[in-house]
Amino acid sequence: MTASVNTPDRNTGTLVEIRHLAKSYTRGDQIVPVLYDISLEIARGDFISLMGPSGSGKSTLLNLIAGIDKPDSGILRVDGEDITQLSEGQLADWRASNIGFIFQFYNLMPVLTAFENVELPLQLTNLSRAERRERVEMTLSLVGLADRMEHYPNELSGGQQQRVAIARAIVTDPTILVCDEPTGDLDKQSASDVLGMLKQLNEEMGKTIIMVTHDAHAAEAAKRMVHLEKGELIGEPVAGK
Amino acid sequence: MYYLKLIVKNVFRAKLRSSLTIIGLVIAIVAFGLLQTVVDAWFAGSNASSASRMVTRNAISLVFPMPTYYRERMRAVNGVKSVTLLNWFGGIYKEPKNFFPQFAVDHENFFDLYSEFLMPDEQLLAFKRDRQGAAVGRKLADEFGWKIGDTIPIRGTIFPGTWNFTLRAIFDAKDETTVTRQMYFHWDYINEYLKQKYPRRTDQIGTFVIEVNDPSRVADIAKAIDAEFKNSLAETLTESEKSFQLGFIAQMEQIILTIRIVSFVVIFIIMAVVANTMAMTARERLTEYATLKALGFSPAFVAALIFGEAIALSLIGGGLGILLTFPLAKAVGIIAAAVFAVFKVSQATVLMQLACALVVGVAAALVPSWRSARIKIVDGLRHVG
Repeated sequence: MTASVNTPDRNTGTLVEIRHLAKSYTRGDQIVPVLYDISLEIARGDFISLMGPSGSGKSTLLNLIAGIDKPDSGILRVDGEDITQLSEGQLADWRASNIGFIFQFYNLMPVLTAFENVELPLQLTNLSRAERRERVEMTLSLVGLADRMEHYPNELSGGQQQRVAIARAIVTDPTILVCDEPTGDLDKQSASDVLGMLKQLNEEMGKTIIMVTHDAHAAEAAKRMVHLEKGELIGEPVAGK
Repeated sequence: MYYLKLIVKNVFRAKLRSSLTIIGLVIAIVAFGLLQTVVDAWFAGSNASSASRMVTRNAISLVFPMPTYYRERMRAVNGVKSVTLLNWFGGIYKEPKNFFPQFAVDHENFFDLYSEFLMPDEQLLAFKRDRQGAAVGRKLADEFGWKIGDTIPIRGTIFPGTWNFTLRAIFDAKDETTVTRQMYFHWDYINEYLKQKYPRRTDQIGTFVIEVNDPSRVADIAKAIDAEFKNSLAETLTESEKSFQLGFIAQMEQIILTIRIVSFVVIFIIMAVVANTMAMTARERLTEYATLKALGFSPAFVAALIFGEAIALSLIGGGLGILLTFPLAKAVGIIAAAVFAVFKVSQATVLMQLACALVVGVAAALVPSWRSARIKIVDGLRHVG
């Protein structure tokens, strides 16, 4: 079954264009298909949640869009550029400029302070030390952690750590934020705060957000929900609340 | 600076593991340094040899003497500047554990050939004038607390009886390679005694020390001297002073080789320990490395982080080990003074220690950095450390 969702109803244009994308993994002698013939368009400024049960391929799809994995076949254009054709080195540069990552378990460097963690992706830019400092301070203020800059991750709560991770993701002003279960490790209040922050980033700063989640409540924060099951897109996208 | 800070912070992240690894490195580098210093100490005598001096001994063996009248014929050989006498005495000062080398020498010209021994002219003169006079090195004098004028009784083993010497001169070293833990006295004093008690042993000497005008002609002059005594009662073997000294060391060749091998085995063992530490470290941090790569850092950057951490760890351990080698070598030098006249950590040993520390760091990081740099981001993000 071929499933496609091609309804970017925004007049802002298509940012992510996926055509007939397929991906499989090899386990021992076996080839295990994960995604079948996926076609999807995501508009600039969209906030889309990818939902589905475990093993449905939603994280794989997110990884492909983020350029940390490569499809077996199909087209994957981001901002007009077919990223499936990029080499590993080109993809690394592309990710540094275009993608902000938010992980379920935050993935902060435990030996670096909140400030240094947020500064990390800026090390790949040509910004001066003073410029980096200015940006990091501004971004940490934006996520409400101006007073926690010198704290190490283990001195912060889960919600605060995820906010540091959000700051790290947006400090380079990327085109897309990819979030893999960003509230999966948080309590209800912290999860709500993080979702509120993501909504704010989408609505006020126009960030395009693609979020994988199991949590229906979290998915409702998005403008659109897309369901995957057994590697296929199911039905039409549903508008969030 | 940012990356350096990251590397240093990572080094001390697992404090217990890093501390134990550093302690292991310190022990290994100290052991390596001390063992190398032991090897150097064996060669100290030969390293201090003069290129313009040669030694002539009986061609059969060092234990057989030669007639002292050979000296005049040696002097006549073209290229020979001067000749002096040197005979091993092998006596005991109070107890056998107080061992130090003693030599009966031609008091008139011995110190003319050994310009590396420095002493005041009046002391040299006093030494020459007193038939029972002795000259000792500063290290030996300090060790036994001897002062000018003291009587030093030596019990002879080769030359029977108790010999009382009066300390007339204390010589210092020209440089730190010069040995000053030995004693010299008049060969005449011994020879006169032998004339009375053992006439058949008189006018015999163990070695001649020959000074040449041109060090580049040492081989030719040695050949000429030995030819002079061909088919005589005591044929001679003449060689450079360095070769003569190395001849003694050659008897210990297997021991020295074993010491050298052990010193490198120690380094190999610590290399395995540091490699294990780095492998554990890298395995635990796969998710972090994958995150760095996801953020846009290159595989080379990940490898550099691991290399940097391993090298930092090795240099900290190596540096502390090098610093600790000096006081320990000094202590060993005092304890083993009777065996090693010079026991100093050489510059070459320090450089070798540093090189070993670096090699350990680089070698330990090779496999972990290769694996971590190559790991797929999605696999690394899934990894549970």
